[in-house]
Amino acid sequence: MWHVTFSELRKLRRPSLFLGTMGAVIFFSGLFSSLLFLLIDSPQGNGDRGRMIGREILALPTGGVRGFASVGSFLGIIALCVFAAQTAQEYTYGTLRNLLVRQPSRMKILVGKLAAMKIFAIIMVVLAALVSISASILLAPRAKVNTDLWFSAAGKSAILETFINVIISVIGFGIVGMILGLLFRSPISAISLGVLWLLIVENLLVAVKSNTEKWLPGSNLSAIAQGGTPTLEYKHALIVGAAYVIFGALVAAGLFKRRDVSN
Amino acid sequence: MSELAISVKDLTKNYGARVAVSHATFDVPYGTICGFVGPNGSGKTTTIRMLLGLVRTTGGTGEILGESITHPEKYLPKVGAMIEGPAFYPALSGKENLNVLASLGGFSKDRVQPLLEKVGLGDRGNSKFKTYSLGMKQRLGIAAALFPNPKLLVLDEPTNGLDPAGIQEVRELIRDLASDGTTVFVSSHLLSEIEMISEYLVMLREGKVIFYGKTAELLAQQQPVIVAKGKKVSDLKKLLKIAIDSGHTASIIDGAVHVISDSSFAAEFNELAFDAGITLSSLNAVLPTLEETFFEMTGE
Repeated sequence: MWHVTFSELRKLRRPSLFLGTMGAVIFFSGLFSSLLFLLIDSPQGNGDRGRMIGREILALPTGGVRGFASVGSFLGIIALCVFAAQTAQEYTYGTLRNLLVRQPSRMKILVGKLAAMKIFAIIMVVLAALVSISASILLAPRAKVNTDLWFSAAGKSAILETFINVIISVIGFGIVGMILGLLFRSPISAISLGVLWLLIVENLLVAVKSNTEKWLPGSNLSAIAQGGTPTLEYKHALIVGAAYVIFGALVAAGLFKRRDVSN
Repeated sequence: MSELAISVKDLTKNYGARVAVSHATFDVPYGTICGFVGPNGSGKTTTIRMLLGLVRTTGGTGEILGESITHPEKYLPKVGAMIEGPAFYPALSGKENLNVLASLGGFSKDRVQPLLEKVGLGDRGNSKFKTYSLGMKQRLGIAAALFPNPKLLVLDEPTNGLDPAGIQEVRELIRDLASDGTTVFVSSHLLSEIEMISEYLVMLREGKVIFYGKTAELLAQQQPVIVAKGKKVSDLKKLLKIAIDSGHTASIIDGAVHVISDSSFAAEFNELAFDAGITLSSLNAVLPTLEETFFEMTGE
């Protein structure tokens, strides 16, 4: 399995993919966190969907990772795209047959690829955490936010907790991308369907009937990154998100194991 | 150990109601170069995919290097393959693509450069795959297939896109490998190439094996043809009549009379033509080529 992982990492580290993705992660992590402090007095709000996040909230031990948690869903969408593309391209390029001739165990291929992509996702999250928390520390004095509690034991625990939550969420989104890649066998179809569902369909469904949010995969995976939201409890999000990911992964893995490779 | 590199019996693959391969039975001895020929859509690639564990069989059994095809993990480490053209990652260089396969197969990276040199890509290894010509892509595919120092090399149309010099190089490479004991199972639509290099042949038509065995035996089974040309074009019809009147099957093809008969009729045919006042400009007794045999057997 590790041979598959090392082989996949060679593909993932190509400059156009690695530097492009990490560049986007740095830019958006910096932007999300900066806006939280730069727009603190804005009447339009400084949080997502126009929410106001005041100085007293940002001064809490979780204040330093507020921006990092909010960028989690965005990192999830990036992971979904990368995982979907890396999986589906094996079909479109016809390279899956090369992989299977060198490693006939399809489950090893799948698990090895997933391990490599998880490493990629963890690098993304670490980078996002560094940029986001650094931006928060740099901009807090200017926004007159007290940061004493950020460096307390509770603050450090909040960093670790948020880091783990974001990783769970991002890997969950990534696995959804991998499932879509395996099902559609085309990067364009898998990515467009995934992004369309997460950014448009789920929002429309929630707008039409708000209680559907509790059962939608994207909403639950996003809520995990934020450690739960006012409308979605963390534990509930974790159970529903895991259920989607595990069920989808089992179906996709079953299909991948049995399906003929004829392209 | 079995003396057969490939042995399949009643191998069958159905896609719903469509039969892609039907009860294919053939053997390929160790250390031979075996040509795998058949018209487009006759089931060659599906058969190769079944042999490599990429496609599940609907029925039948098979052994590769003495191991059942139901356990490809037991024989694939000793098999090199290029199936249906070279497939690589366009954004990676040729060398990086081979490094990906080296990591995957657990091979040393030190093998990459010598393999690139072996297929004539030594100085283009750092160029991206997407910039390669079709011939270069084919060469990279062959290099990838050689990674495991294969006991069995399966090549699907390896000369596609190659220029005549490239075709000759691939021919020599295949011969070299076979001389070292590698069994080469090669499909190609260039039947003249297959005839030149293959001691063994498997011929498919509509998913069924219509011949397997030694190429020389197949060609020896075919009736020889006497090809005659008159000095004048107007002599052709007279020559055709002489051949038919003497009890042979004959026809005019490409400005020459083709008489199905062995060489013993050649002298008599010459005499009959002379008696009819016809001077022959050429008279040859030839065995049909593999291409002609193929067309006759497959009805193409």
